[in-house]
Amino acid sequence: MNVTERTSESLRLHPGRRIRELFAHREILLNLVRKELKVKYTASVLGAIWSILNPIVFLAVFTFVVKILGNATPHYPVFLLSGLLAWNLFSVAVGNGTRSVIDNGNLVKKVAFPREILPLSVVGVALVDFVLQSAVLLLFMLVSGYGFHLAALVLYPLSFVTLMVFTTALVFWVSALNVRYRDVQHLIGLALLVWFWMTPIVYPAGLVQDKLTDAGAPWSPHLWTLYLLNPLTPIVSGFQRALYWVVTPVVDGQPVAVLPQVSVAWLVGVIGAVLLGSLVLLLGAWRLFFRLSADFAEEL
Amino acid sequence: MTAAIEVEGISKVFRLFRERPSSIKQRLLSGRMRAEDFWALRDIAFEVEEGSSLGLIGHNGSGKTTLLKCIAGILRPTSGVIRYRGRVAALLELGAGFHPELTGRENVYLNASFLGLSRKDTDRVFDDIVGFAELEDFMDNQVKFYSSGMLVRLGFAVAVHVDPDILLIDEVLAVGDEAFQAKCLNRIQRFQAEGRTIVLVTHALDTVREVCDRAVMLDHGRIHALGLPDDVVREMRYVLLGVTDPGFVPEEGTREAEIASVELIRASGRGDGPVLRDDPLTIQIDVRTNEPVADLDVDFAIMDGATNHPIVADRTSTHGIQIARFDGKKRARFQIPAFPYAAGKYWVTIGLSSRENGHLYHVQTQRYLFEVIEVPRVQEPIDIAVQAEVEDL
Repeated sequence: MNVTERTSESLRLHPGRRIRELFAHREILLNLVRKELKVKYTASVLGAIWSILNPIVFLAVFTFVVKILGNATPHYPVFLLSGLLAWNLFSVAVGNGTRSVIDNGNLVKKVAFPREILPLSVVGVALVDFVLQSAVLLLFMLVSGYGFHLAALVLYPLSFVTLMVFTTALVFWVSALNVRYRDVQHLIGLALLVWFWMTPIVYPAGLVQDKLTDAGAPWSPHLWTLYLLNPLTPIVSGFQRALYWVVTPVVDGQPVAVLPQVSVAWLVGVIGAVLLGSLVLLLGAWRLFFRLSADFAEEL
Repeated sequence: MTAAIEVEGISKVFRLFRERPSSIKQRLLSGRMRAEDFWALRDIAFEVEEGSSLGLIGHNGSGKTTLLKCIAGILRPTSGVIRYRGRVAALLELGAGFHPELTGRENVYLNASFLGLSRKDTDRVFDDIVGFAELEDFMDNQVKFYSSGMLVRLGFAVAVHVDPDILLIDEVLAVGDEAFQAKCLNRIQRFQAEGRTIVLVTHALDTVREVCDRAVMLDHGRIHALGLPDDVVREMRYVLLGVTDPGFVPEEGTREAEIASVELIRASGRGDGPVLRDDPLTIQIDVRTNEPVADLDVDFAIMDGATNHPIVADRTSTHGIQIARFDGKKRARFQIPAFPYAAGKYWVTIGLSSRENGHLYHVQTQRYLFEVIEVPRVQEPIDIAVQAEVEDL
């Protein structure tokens, strides 16, 4: 029989060993995700349809609004949702994940299990919604005959993996810190609001690129680089390029800047770099979470 | 035998904040925080043999649950080492993770996963769980419609179907009606028969005596007593209730002669009150016969209450006192000129037997108690052979 030893030393995270441990406890994670989804839609007649209804209403409203008011961006609903769904996954996971440990204080105080499961379950719930809503978007694109561009579609899995790694890293980080400083949850609420508008989701990134690079000032190209430093900008642009794929659609004979005017290869490179950075961040955040989690039961 | 659990010098300090700074602002403003250290556990050490059961007792706040949480890995000890062999399941709360909106069935799976059961394991024992909880007709109802009794039964039913090598149980037996409790006790005995190691925290002292092989009594975070359940429980009763419990005293003997009364006479000449260290102590035993006895030997033994080790024992025969055939009453006195042992509680065992053949007339095991206290006193000057010397350097 294997011998387990508990001491006052704070343990070092061995990712490989820990992943095996987490895998052994996967049942808890799956059950928690299942529970959240069940609880979310229980006692509602439509159940999970509510989750799908959200993008459907978005699609309907924006199709209608754009028809009436007009919009510089053609096929605006597809553009909007391809980025928004990714953002929703991120913001819902981070927003709810911040409180994931303290909301489950009773479990933490009474049951021994790998604490990572709590923030991971929040990411899991957000992921399920993302998959459902993405299915709606894909269906809409198929039905409306929008069409796909296979070469650009390669960006989808890369962007998705990067988004997941980055989101998980951030959720680990904020959920652990929030146990000690409840400021974090308020800060995150504000930060997400600012972050949303710093990321090209409702407005086209191509427009920003045009404005910044054509401004004439010697430092404006650097501003564009700065803008790209927001890791969500390349990730969201990756999703948009994969699904919306038309960089400069032509409206009334005039090209309109929608997506950043860069090659797919360039985006792959940048998102790849973000992925690498996110992996490093994940390791650091996980390490912090792991170290602090030894005392969660005491802090709550 | 190997130890399933080894606890070595475990201490746990909680930092108690008057008002916990839970925001950065508070932390910055308060500078160095005013915190008090609270020693919930201090230097706890014991072992639990594989396949044996240990009872952890102590009054509220003595550190029982903290100790259990340290073993379970929920709390990190401040110092010391805990080692254990095999898989552990900790039952600190019934129905951990239960959610009112989920059905009984869903909650069983959720709760079981927290206790380390896989989905497949749970599938296998699911019918047993439902049967044990006696909730066959309610498994597809949301548990928010359950009565509290039903919830407890369901929680316990899942808990007793765990499959660990080591089982840590906190107080969960104290639920349900008598019939249900009997069922739970039964289940624990089955765990024991299966060779699992059990650590049981409880206030039910009778349960400890009935189920456990050994017991540990904690008091203010320290081990106050450790040993056989009967001894530890007796100590616990004394500490809790301040009385010796005659119902607890094993008496044996054929009672041709019996102990009529025993007095522990202090320096003051009285039979009660504390004994000062190094005070004289007289044990006075009145004997009464029910029928004539051929001969009699009176003996006593004093046990240290903390360790249950005999520290003083003597009998009349070793002093050459021969009590010949008699019928009626006699009084025996053992005089200890100065009781040299440290502050604490001491239990006295009295026995009457035949010198000739060792036949026991009457024995009262650890029936009488006295407490030694230490009083600081003025040190008198005494002659000590002091040596003096001077050397060149």
